[in-house]
Amino acid sequence: MSADLPAPAKLTPADYASAQDVRWCPGCGDYAILAQMKKVLANLGIPKEKLVFISGIGCSSRFPYYLDTYGIHSIHGRAPAVATGLKAVRPDLSVWVITGDGDGLSIGGNHLLHCIRRNLDINIVLFNNRIYGLTKGQYSPTSPLGQVTKSTPMGAIDNPLHILSVAIGCEATFVARTVDVHVQHLSMCLQRAAEHRGTSFVEVYQNCVVFNDGAFEYATDKQLRSEHTLELEHGKPLVFGKNRDKGIRLNGLEPEVVALGNGVTEKDLLVHDEKAPQPSLAYLLSRMHYPDFPEPIGVFRAVDRPKYDELLNAQVAAAMAKQGPGDLEALFSSGDTWVVE
Amino acid sequence: MIHEQQPCASEPDQSLGREELDEATVRFCGDSGDGMQLAGTQLTNTSALVGNDVATFPDFPAEIRAPRGTQAGVSGFQVHFASRRIFTPGDQVDALVAMNPAALVTNLPDLRPGGIVIVDADSFTPRDLQTAGLKTSPLEDGTLASYQVFQVDITRLTRLAVKDLGLGTKDADRCRNFFAMGLVYWLFDRPVEPTLRFVIEKFGRRPDVAESNRRALLAGYHYGETTEAFAHRYAVDRARLPPGKYTHITGNQAMAWGLLAAARLSGCDLFYGTYPITPASDILHELARRKNFGVRTFQAEDEIAAVTAVIGAAFGGAMGVTGTSGPGLSLKGEGIGLAVMTELPMLVIDVQRAGPSTGMPTKTEQADLNQALFGRHGECPLPVLAAAHPADCFDVAREAWRIAVRYMTPVLVLSDAFIANGSEPWRIPKMSELEPIEVRHPGPLSNGQPFQPYRRDERLARPWALPGTPGLMHRLGGLEKQDITGAVSYDGANHQHMVDLRARKVAGIAADIPPQTVEGPKRGRLLILGWGGTYGPIATAVRRLWERGASVAHAHLRYLNPFPANLGEVLRNYDRVLIPELNRGQLRALVRAEYLVDAIGWNKTTGRPFTVGEIVAGAEPWI
Repeated sequence: MSADLPAPAKLTPADYASAQDVRWCPGCGDYAILAQMKKVLANLGIPKEKLVFISGIGCSSRFPYYLDTYGIHSIHGRAPAVATGLKAVRPDLSVWVITGDGDGLSIGGNHLLHCIRRNLDINIVLFNNRIYGLTKGQYSPTSPLGQVTKSTPMGAIDNPLHILSVAIGCEATFVARTVDVHVQHLSMCLQRAAEHRGTSFVEVYQNCVVFNDGAFEYATDKQLRSEHTLELEHGKPLVFGKNRDKGIRLNGLEPEVVALGNGVTEKDLLVHDEKAPQPSLAYLLSRMHYPDFPEPIGVFRAVDRPKYDELLNAQVAAAMAKQGPGDLEALFSSGDTWVVE
Repeated sequence: MIHEQQPCASEPDQSLGREELDEATVRFCGDSGDGMQLAGTQLTNTSALVGNDVATFPDFPAEIRAPRGTQAGVSGFQVHFASRRIFTPGDQVDALVAMNPAALVTNLPDLRPGGIVIVDADSFTPRDLQTAGLKTSPLEDGTLASYQVFQVDITRLTRLAVKDLGLGTKDADRCRNFFAMGLVYWLFDRPVEPTLRFVIEKFGRRPDVAESNRRALLAGYHYGETTEAFAHRYAVDRARLPPGKYTHITGNQAMAWGLLAAARLSGCDLFYGTYPITPASDILHELARRKNFGVRTFQAEDEIAAVTAVIGAAFGGAMGVTGTSGPGLSLKGEGIGLAVMTELPMLVIDVQRAGPSTGMPTKTEQADLNQALFGRHGECPLPVLAAAHPADCFDVAREAWRIAVRYMTPVLVLSDAFIANGSEPWRIPKMSELEPIEVRHPGPLSNGQPFQPYRRDERLARPWALPGTPGLMHRLGGLEKQDITGAVSYDGANHQHMVDLRARKVAGIAADIPPQTVEGPKRGRLLILGWGGTYGPIATAVRRLWERGASVAHAHLRYLNPFPANLGEVLRNYDRVLIPELNRGQLRALVRAEYLVDAIGWNKTTGRPFTVGEIVAGAEPWI
């Protein structure tokens, strides 16, 4: 930054808003995510010019237009690849990928897998509404079996993908799940994602008011959610329920729901360990689905692993140190040469 | 390692007939595991080092190791060396080295009548013949009646040469190509020293391998010298190339080096995002080794990721380049649309091969021109340049990047398998001879006004504002943008304006490129108009026709979009325009549409380059 510019004042969430009118449907879960994102960015104090939001196609992918940062609203499914190229050459930037269940897992599934396995130091936020909203209501790769949509009038017959299982299968170093209306939890997850070094993957249960309203009611309804979700806390036993009277116990390799009391104590329960080197526990948690289990929310996994951008730039630095900065004329003459008089 | 040495000629053997030639064409052919590409490359380097002009044509199957001894597995490498300027690897072969029956019968049609055939006689057992699908031995059935045939026990003699090194038969037989090379070096009076140096550099860590190859090479050479089978030796004198220091370069290597030079000249770091595909992968291999030049190579998960990663890198201020071949270009189409829409500078290199689909992936073709120009959705213009010969890739890469940054546009560069794998001498430029490439990025803005990412300069280029710059925050994207402000716009009138503007910007490049030149008469009977890899055969053909006094000229297009401003005028200076292309007439259709010139097509799609003879034959009816 140029020295004669005044020191930047502390930014507020409103400072991160762009001039563009926000055009999601009234009541869309995306508004809450945008609001929490601005709050987190202000909280972290990241200068606006250091931020780049990259998205694909879909309702969620309009996100970058609404932030006064750098951004690319790219093409369907390709945001992780765009982000990879950018981060590879500009490790100084804070790079965010905003995607959805169709964009990220259907047309862009391949890029998502490879981006996560490479562990670039970027943040991926996937808005999961289990439907195609922008194309007006077809089923998505996360729509449950049997879901009736415009393109599945007799019900969806393909088995849904469970996003976090996929991310953990790719050995993501940071995996979290949160819910659009649970704003403090959402904010915590975004902040943890931003602070993590490596690819952070956050799934947000996001309600589509028009085409799939109430898809996550079990996880959002104030009366129901403590029975149907389980807030993960590192080092704490897996307890849930309005009265915190139920927990998850391991039975062989399978989790089971148990009622606390009658000789069952918290000591019998599975204890969350987000730093476990092996992803097995995180995977097991990602397989717990409503209605058989409470669905875990929070940070599933947060471990350290070398980052692609760091390794790439380290190779460049190592090559320069070993061979010296490239000399083109020497390179051109490095094979057999001869002189014509 | 730098070798600057005078060509070292062997002592001439006075007892033999020694024939001076202007040029010679030699082809090594054998199984794809027989080391024929290596043999050809070594003969090429050696010939270049003795001062010949050289052009090569490697020809290999798509299969890495097709079943041994079959016709499907034959790999060849043709070397044309001359004491004058040459532009092609030669139409016909003067000397053919065939390591087995399959190689012999598949390559024999290219040998000129009376030409030399050297065969490994040990590889013509009944079993070898059967594997090659032959009922009789071509050594005995009269197939070779009109050639000078030398049956040499290459396998046996190679094994003998390396006998006391303790190698297994398999390893010993791996040296057969060196024996064959040695024999060819003797026959064409080439020094063995450059190849001996290569052997030590390449195999120095495995002394037994180095020593066996050295012995095989010398055994082949001495065999030629001692045996009385060969009545003649041939010599090809040095060519008179323009003065300077030379090296020997393939098209893909020249492309990679051109990219490195362009990055250096523009002060940008090179980011090469790609997905492996024949015949473009060697660009990746070369660049991946050059990290000390600040190059970041990214082997993406697919072609789409490659092009979109390059868009990300371009947004970040790098020199973003992706390379591919036809099928990959199809996959990149949508991404290139985004690059056109976001008006970011980047390069897309298409090393064309015979298509459609997987087609013949190791064979050449020029059939991606339409795809390069039009293969995208929407009105999506971008500049398209084509390299004409291997060393030209170096210049085209730099020129493409100059246009990309000056006009803020993706630029598509066409090469082809013939250029990419072919090689020729290249006069090494000094970096100070090369024009710098100016790149500008706007500085920080602190007046609180929103930055205008689509405000344009006099060339209609928008600013290349980089993330990290305070005050220039902006959002690019695939949605249509309002001119100047860059706000999302669904306004029809604005879209019309932007479609026209993007077209005008690219068309305007015509004012910034050299006018089309011609070789030969400025007006007359016939103009042969070419583009890309047909340069060599056309340039040679017109010279041949000039010797006959024909009124024929050659114009070769480097710029396919936009065309040079004077092209229409050039075309009208001739009675007829002939357009040879390795496709079904793609440039011809364009020229007819653009200039209403009744151009004649001369087309083939055999996966092989034009021969000079074919171009001459195509021109003859019109002169």
